[in-house]
Amino acid sequence: MCDHQQCIHLTYNVSGDDFTTAGEASSNFKKKLMDLGVDRKTIRRVSISMYEGEINMVIHANGGVIDAYICTDHIDLILKDQGPGIPDIDKAMQVGYSTAPAQVQALGFGAGMGLPNIKNNTDDLSIETELGVGTTLRMRINLED
Amino acid sequence: MNVRSITENLGLEVINLGSGMDISVSSVECCDLLSIAMGNLPPDCAWVTVMSNINTLAVASLTDAACVILALNTQVTDEFTNKAAEAGITVLRSEDGIFETALAVHDLICRE
Repeated sequence: MCDHQQCIHLTYNVSGDDFTTAGEASSNFKKKLMDLGVDRKTIRRVSISMYEGEINMVIHANGGVIDAYICTDHIDLILKDQGPGIPDIDKAMQVGYSTAPAQVQALGFGAGMGLPNIKNNTDDLSIETELGVGTTLRMRINLED
Repeated sequence: MNVRSITENLGLEVINLGSGMDISVSSVECCDLLSIAMGNLPPDCAWVTVMSNINTLAVASLTDAACVILALNTQVTDEFTNKAAEAGITVLRSEDGIFETALAVHDLICRE
């Protein structure tokens, strides 16, 4: 287990319902990883996973907080919101299943690929959710040798 | 075939001249659903779409797309153009439809 004591820690606040700034946290973290010389493939996996989580926070949870840890052999992302929670995680993980409202779908979201994209691009994913309390996503992406 | 050559060969309108005009384009992709694009755009691709909101730029940037080509003469807001300039993303525009535009790019890539 990594206790994150020796890791680089960055925190990003995500605003809810603000699609003009959605993705800024992911973009800023990508720049940080590029500055650190992390390989392109890993950056891409981190970017996709973090962006999907960030967008979910904007759409469903009125924002939240992302803690990103850059460790010696992996990157951990912890996305915490105080939104409505996920009623059925199995359903939410299904490709094509979405509860995004119509106005959000008009922006090009709501294809039901958010959580599947995260699962496909992370080495480890856990979801803790409680209705009316919020959701925490923990993602790990291993660094290439 | 780099972004500059594709732009010149097809006479595409330049909405924003990004930092990657010399990127060698790997492939051409068509998609308007952002999460589908996010999960499937290959690095260095030319992405043809009619979706021209700010989030399109975020997806293009995070997936390392070489450029965005807006088909069907899709219009953009000043906010979109400013954001593209800020992020250094090349955005081009075609009067043709998505398929015709993508096919023309594909032909150029294959011709090399």
